[in-house]
Amino acid sequence: MTPDQALLHRSIVDPAAPRPDGMIDSAGRPAGRRFDVYRNNVTVSLIEALETAFPVLRKLVGDENFRHLARAFLRRHPPSSPLMLFYGDAMPDFLSGFAPTGQLGYLPDVARLELAMRISYHAADAVPLARSRLEALAPEALWSTHLTLAPSVLVIRSRWPLHAIWRYNVEVGAPRPKPAAEDVIVLRPDYDPVPHCLGPGAATFVDALRAGRTFGEAHDAATDDAPAFDLSATLTLLLAGGAITGIGALP
Amino acid sequence: MLDSALRKDRLPQAPGVGYKPQHFAQILENPGAVSWLEIHAENYMGDGGRPIAQLRHLAERFPVSVHGVGLSIGGEGGLDADHLGRLKRLIGWLEPASFSEHLAWSSHDSAFLNDLLPLPYTAATLNCVSDHVDEVQDALGRRMLLENPSSYLAFVDSTWSETDFLAEVARRTGCGLLLDVNNVFVSATNLELDPVAYIESFALDLVGEIHLGGHAEDADDHGAPLLIDSHGHPVADPVWDLYSRVIARCGARPTLIEWDNDVPDWDILAAEADRAAMILAGAPA
Amino acid sequence: MSQTTKALAAAGALAAALTATLSVPAHAQAKEKCFGVSLAGKNDCAAGPGTTCAGTSTVDYQGNAWTLVDAGTCTEIELPEMADGSDRMGSLEALDRDLPQS
Repeated sequence: MTPDQALLHRSIVDPAAPRPDGMIDSAGRPAGRRFDVYRNNVTVSLIEALETAFPVLRKLVGDENFRHLARAFLRRHPPSSPLMLFYGDAMPDFLSGFAPTGQLGYLPDVARLELAMRISYHAADAVPLARSRLEALAPEALWSTHLTLAPSVLVIRSRWPLHAIWRYNVEVGAPRPKPAAEDVIVLRPDYDPVPHCLGPGAATFVDALRAGRTFGEAHDAATDDAPAFDLSATLTLLLAGGAITGIGALP
Repeated sequence: MLDSALRKDRLPQAPGVGYKPQHFAQILENPGAVSWLEIHAENYMGDGGRPIAQLRHLAERFPVSVHGVGLSIGGEGGLDADHLGRLKRLIGWLEPASFSEHLAWSSHDSAFLNDLLPLPYTAATLNCVSDHVDEVQDALGRRMLLENPSSYLAFVDSTWSETDFLAEVARRTGCGLLLDVNNVFVSATNLELDPVAYIESFALDLVGEIHLGGHAEDADDHGAPLLIDSHGHPVADPVWDLYSRVIARCGARPTLIEWDNDVPDWDILAAEADRAAMILAGAPA
Repeated sequence: MSQTTKALAAAGALAAALTATLSVPAHAQAKEKCFGVSLAGKNDCAAGPGTTCAGTSTVDYQGNAWTLVDAGTCTEIELPEMADGSDRMGSLEALDRDLPQS
């Protein structure tokens, strides 16, 4: 009569399910709410993990609402790996279909940014390229070279003022977000990921470099996408953020 | 313990604490406060960044124990090969003094429940757990310690006592045991067993590490005490008493102060470690 | 614009970026980098206390349990319909309008 783990699993994650038989207290009575300890532990620990993972989302919707949201999320998307470091990767898509916050259209992008911050935080270390290597490049060599970016560099494109929304929730005195589309790049010069706002075309430039295109191809893609693309500003951002870790042939 | 002669390949018979990043600076500033550190394996399975850097830094100064919380050794299905691979990688570069896991399950199919779930003590469970311990020890190329769980309920079909079950897994696999004294007290209270009798029937000669943590108090449907292994409180007095009995019986053992929820200031953790040190100082040789 | 011209312009942009980042401090020593804010790892061997009912509530929170009373900073952010024709608003008025009244 021992319940197998499939039944225990179903009963733990579905509070409406009957408690399985075969589990008792010291007097031989049904385990009752002793079984509920596991239901609570699973649910509470996952809610806490999501609170840690999405502090800005939580601040945006409020603590109580976030708990409701987190519980709805964890029922539909339980962790698929014992690595809680990366739990919540389904949050953006979940929010896109979550009716109670459906009118807060920017929430999925906020979740994407918070996921990117966490991925960046745990990404492999990479030493920034020595400045002398870039200084030594002739124009034609620069144009045809490949730039390698640190694994901690991530780009999120948004049609919302994503960077401004993030800042408003983490920086004291930050201005209220104004309507604008903002692409964001996460850079981790040492161990602390920082999101930066990208100018027009810059996300295309970085994505193209990431995809293995040459510097020149990436530049052309960016200017095709946005004639106002500012290469110098983009490179300044990447260099200051320690984002460029290699040049030349792709690894 | 910045003594260069300190061995990092085994845990000293002294107090350690569960490492929390917020204590990084204080641990380095007060290196004598604890003798070793324990980490949860899964929190150091990223590719890089500050967690790994901190761990490398600490591991140069302290013996480190790796405590897994996600391997699901009692899972009815096979062990998660990906996860075992990640564990092997961590153990490979860190070369910790000890590796331990739980007598529990936490994954089913592809879902991870993030809790240590209970097992019936039957012949089938014994085979399953022993096979998995063998598999882990083979993959890691080292002996592991298996920890006794906190119990909130009993399975009707259990045919083994927990202490006999653990001793039999150890006999079959050659693994050692991690004795969590708080878990003994929590389980004994919840299942109306005698904690002293539990200790007396435990294979103490196989104990490579002891855990001490705090628990929360609740009640079951009938008003009976129901203790929860919350790791969010100081070690309770009756748990200290039980710990003293264990040390008096088996001598000094590496002893961990565990505090995972509502983590306190470093001074409070260090004071708990000091209390364990006093008891260890009175251990029989 | 010929590729040579573009490459020259790009080299100029790189040179400007290198100049602009001359004053960026060298990266910190390994030990110093270890200090700083750490994200909490969420793999623990103990979880919430059993006194909470979070795991046993069967209430469906998709609907009317949503509270506007303690709604967070989203109440302070007013974003009109975005220029791309999206029908999604970014304001709490819209949220309020769609929810059942309690």
